[in-house]
Amino acid sequence: MFPTPIQNTSRRTYIAYQVLLPVTLILWLLPLLGVALTSIRPASDITAGNYWGWPSSFSLIENYRAVFTNSPLAAYILNSFKVTIPTVIGAIALSSLTGFALAIYKFRANLLIFFLFVAGNFIPFQILMVPVRDLSIQMGVYNSVWGLILFHIAFQTGFCTLFMRNFIRGLPFELIEAARIEDVSEFRIFWFIVLPLMRPALAALAVLVFTFVWNDYFWATVLTQGAHAQPVTAGLHALNGEWIAAWHLVSAGSIVAALPPVLMFFLMQKHFIAGLTLGAVKS
Amino acid sequence: MFNAVKLGLRLTSALAVVAALAMPATGKELVINSDSSFPAIKAAFEQAIAGFEAENPDINVTFNVFDNEAYKSAIRNFLSADAPDIATWFAGNRMLPYVDAKLFAPIDDVWAANNMSDTLKSAESSVTFYDKKWAIPYTYYQWGVYYRKDIFAKLGIAVPTNWEEFKQAGETLKANNIVPMAIGTKFPWTAAGVFDYLNLRTNGYDFHMALTRGEIPWTDARVRKTMAHWQELLDANFFLENHAANSWQEALPPLVNGKAGMYLMGNFIVEPLREAGLTDETLGFFQFPVIDPAIPTAEDAPANTIHLAAKATNVEEAKKFLAYFARADVQSAMNEKMSQLPVNSKSTVANDPFLQAGFKMLSNTDGGLAQFFDRDAPAEMAKAGMEGFQEFMVKPDRLDAILDRLETVRQRVYK
Amino acid sequence: MLSASRVWKENKLRIAPWLFLAPGIAMFSLYILLPVFQSISISLFDWDGLGEKKFIGLANYAELLHDDAFFTSLKNNVAWLVLYLLAIPAGLFVALFLNQTTRGIRIYKSMFFFPLVISQVVVGLIFSWFYDPHFGLLNTILGGVGLPTIAVLADERFVTYGVIVAGLWPQIAYCMILYLTGLNAVNSEQIEAARLDNAHGWRMLWFIILPQLKPATFIAIVVTVIGALRSFDLISVMTGGGPWGASRVLAYYMYEQAFSEYGFRMGYGAAIAVVLFAIMLVYISAFLFKMYREEKGR
Repeated sequence: MFPTPIQNTSRRTYIAYQVLLPVTLILWLLPLLGVALTSIRPASDITAGNYWGWPSSFSLIENYRAVFTNSPLAAYILNSFKVTIPTVIGAIALSSLTGFALAIYKFRANLLIFFLFVAGNFIPFQILMVPVRDLSIQMGVYNSVWGLILFHIAFQTGFCTLFMRNFIRGLPFELIEAARIEDVSEFRIFWFIVLPLMRPALAALAVLVFTFVWNDYFWATVLTQGAHAQPVTAGLHALNGEWIAAWHLVSAGSIVAALPPVLMFFLMQKHFIAGLTLGAVKS
Repeated sequence: MFNAVKLGLRLTSALAVVAALAMPATGKELVINSDSSFPAIKAAFEQAIAGFEAENPDINVTFNVFDNEAYKSAIRNFLSADAPDIATWFAGNRMLPYVDAKLFAPIDDVWAANNMSDTLKSAESSVTFYDKKWAIPYTYYQWGVYYRKDIFAKLGIAVPTNWEEFKQAGETLKANNIVPMAIGTKFPWTAAGVFDYLNLRTNGYDFHMALTRGEIPWTDARVRKTMAHWQELLDANFFLENHAANSWQEALPPLVNGKAGMYLMGNFIVEPLREAGLTDETLGFFQFPVIDPAIPTAEDAPANTIHLAAKATNVEEAKKFLAYFARADVQSAMNEKMSQLPVNSKSTVANDPFLQAGFKMLSNTDGGLAQFFDRDAPAEMAKAGMEGFQEFMVKPDRLDAILDRLETVRQRVYK
Repeated sequence: MLSASRVWKENKLRIAPWLFLAPGIAMFSLYILLPVFQSISISLFDWDGLGEKKFIGLANYAELLHDDAFFTSLKNNVAWLVLYLLAIPAGLFVALFLNQTTRGIRIYKSMFFFPLVISQVVVGLIFSWFYDPHFGLLNTILGGVGLPTIAVLADERFVTYGVIVAGLWPQIAYCMILYLTGLNAVNSEQIEAARLDNAHGWRMLWFIILPQLKPATFIAIVVTVIGALRSFDLISVMTGGGPWGASRVLAYYMYEQAFSEYGFRMGYGAAIAVVLFAIMLVYISAFLFKMYREEKGR
C-alpha cells in the first residue's frame, strides 16, 4: 500500500493525521457548510449582517417551507424528475442494445461506429445548440420535458455505449457461443444470457446518468422556458434573480436542489464510483 | 422536415383539445407571459388578472412569471417557438426587433374600438411603428434621485438643483463618511441610467435621441463632454465601492443603514426601501440637477407594455384582455399596487408622495421624455454601451478605447 | 416464407447487430451527428434564426479575427485549460492523503467526493456567496487578517480565476476518486520490493507508483480537458460573462451571440462554436487514436 499505512508510522504522525483529517474536511466543505448554516438562519440575521455568527434563532422549517410555498421550486423539482427518470431508462435501454451489438458481433464498421459514439461524448454542446433547438421546435417538443428527454437520451447514449460495450467485452464469450450452438436466437441471447449479467453496469449507469441529467443546466436553459417545463437547475438560477439578497432562501433552495443526486450518491456509492472510474485501472 | 412540423402542430393541437376537455369551464384559455417577478408587480398583475377572470368567467388565464433578468433572453425564444397569447415588454425602440421579426401583432383595432388614442395619448408615440399600434402601455414611472431626507437635514444639505450644488452635497456627505451615491452595476443597465441623465442634462433630449438612433458617432466631442462630467463624479469618489459586484438590490442596504446618501433609480426603488424600514420622513426624492441651464430638462420615464403575440392561439380572448388592461380603473388599481404611474389619462395617481412628485415632475417636463438607454438604443448597441459604461466607472482611463469600441459597434449595428 | 427464414438464418450474424444498433444510431445521428454538420453550414450564413438565411461565405470567421470579445474568450479558455489541469496533481495529493485504512476513512472519502455530485449551478451560487465583497467568507477572512476587500467577481484581473477555482472544487474531487481507485490496484509486491531497495516518499511515488497510475492519469486528463472547454454553467451563474465581458469563454460567448436578447446572430454564434469544436477535435482525435491502438493491441 502507498503511502505507508499510518498505523505503521510513529505515534506522533498517527495523532497528527487523526487531527488533520477532520480539519481538512471542514476546510474542504467550508463553502458548503456556510450555505447549510445560512439556510437555517432567520431573515433578520441576513439584514443585520450576522452571516457568520451563531444564528440568532433557527428557522429551518420556516425557510424550507417558504422555499416550497412561495416559489415554484416544487414544480421545478418535479420537472427534474420527469426529465431524469425517462432519460435514465431510455439511455440505458438504447445503449445496452448498441453496447451488445458492438461487443459481440464482428463486422467491418464496428470500430467506426463505436468511435463515433465515443467522440460524441466530447463534443462541445454549443455546436449542437442551434440545430437541436430548431429540431425540437419542428418536432413540437420545444419547451416541454420531452424536448429535454429526447436530447439527453441521444447524448447519454454515447457515453453509455462506451461503458456497456467494454463491460460486455469482459463477459465470457463462451457463454454466447454455447448458446448459439444450442440455436438460441440472438435476441434471446441478449435478453436471457447477457442482460442478467449486466446488472452491475446497469446500476452504475443509472446512477451516473441520473446525476448528469439532474445537474444539467445548459440544455435546460436552451430548450425550456418558465416553470411549467424547466428543471430545478434552471429554476434555481431564475429564483436567484428573484431572491436577490434573500440568501437564506437561496441557500435553502440550493440544498433542496442538490439533495436528490446526493442521496442517490450515498445510496449507490459503489456503483457510482465504479461508473466514474471506468478505465482508471488496467484490467 | 415540413411534415415533422405539421405532425408537431397536430400533436400540440390534439393535446390542447385534451387539455380543453379536462377543463370544467367552456374551455376558453388565455396565456400570459410576464417578467413581473418583483413581489409588488407580481401582486398587481395577479389582482388585475383575478378581476379579468371575474368579469369573464368563461376564460381561464394561465399566468407565467419569469425572473425579470432571464425574461429578456427568454422572450424571443418563446415568441418564436412556443408563443403565449400575451407577453409583457417595454415601450420604445426595444420592441422594434419583435415588430420587425413579426413576433408581435399590430392591435390597431383594439386601439380604435376603445378610443385609446385619446386615453393613452401620452405614450402613443412610443408604441407606434410603421403607422401601426403594437402594444398597450399600462404603466410608467419617473427616474430621479432618491435620498436620505433625515441625513440631508442633519448635515444641513439643501436639495441640490444644479451641478455645483450636487457636487457640493457629495463633498459634505463624504466629509461625514457617507458615500454620496449607492449603485450596483452587476447588471450594467444601472450605469446606463447615470449616462442617460448626464447626457440629457449636458446635451439635451434631441441629441440623446439622435445618439441612441445611431446618428451621431460615439467619438463626438459632445459625448466626451458628457463623459467628462461623469469623470468629475468618479474623481470625487461619488459612487459606492465594488459596485460591479452588486445588483441594484444588493446596493440598497448602504442607503438603508445610512452609509450612502443618494441613489439614482426608477421609482420601483421605493417599495423595497420601505420594506427595509425607510419612511416618508427618512426617504425623499428630487429631480436630477441641471447641468447646463440652457438645456431644457428632459427625463427618463420608461413605460411598460403588454403585447399580442403574433402566434397567439386565443386572439379574441387576448384582445379582450388588452382592452381591459387599458381601462382607467384597471390601471389606477394596478399602479397603486405597483407604486407606479398609470398611462391612462382618466386614471387616478395614487396618493403617495413619490408618485405625486414624479407625476408633477413629468407633467412639467418640457425637454422631452426618454424611455431609457436600453429601450431607446437597439439591443446590440445597448448591450455594448452598458458594458462600456460599467467599464468606464471602474477604469475611467480607458475612455478612448471604450468610445472607439462603441463606435465600431454603432457602425455595424445601424447599417 | 421458407426462403425468408433461410436468409435470416444464414445471415443472422450479419443482420442482427444492425437491428440492435438501429434505435441508438437513429437517435444519435438525429441529435448529435447531423447537428454538427448543420452548425458548420449555419456558420457560413448571416441568420437571425427567423428570417431568410443569407450566404456570406467565411465572413463570420473574418469578423472573428477583429473581435476583441472573441480573443478575450479565447484567452480565458486557455486560462481555464491550463489551470484546470491543476486538478490532476491536487486530486492525486488528496487521494494520497486519504489512501489509508483508519477508522471512518470511508466516510471521509465520500465527504471529499461530495462537490462532484452537486450541480454546477449550486456550486456557482455557493462560490458567488463565498466571494461576496460585503459578507462573503473570503473577505471576512481577508478582513480578519487586515487585508483589503477583493471583489473577486467584479474585478477583471481576478474574475476568471475566481470562477476557475469554483470549477476546480468538484474537478479535484473527480481526479481524487480516479486516483483512489487507481491506488487500490497498485501492485503491493512491487512496493514492498522497492521499499527493500530503500525507495521512499517522492522517489517511490515518481518511479514506482505514478507509472502504475497511468490509466487513471489518462482519464483524469481527458475529463479535465473536456470539463475546462465545456465551462459554461459557472460563468452563466456567477458572472454572466462580466464585468464588461472579462470572464467570457467561447462557450458562453457563443450562447450570448446566438440566444441572448442582445444577440440572435446564429451564423456568428455557429462560427464561434465551430472554432471551439476544432479545438476539441484535437483532443478527440488523440483520445480515439489511443483507443484505436489499444483495440488493435488486444
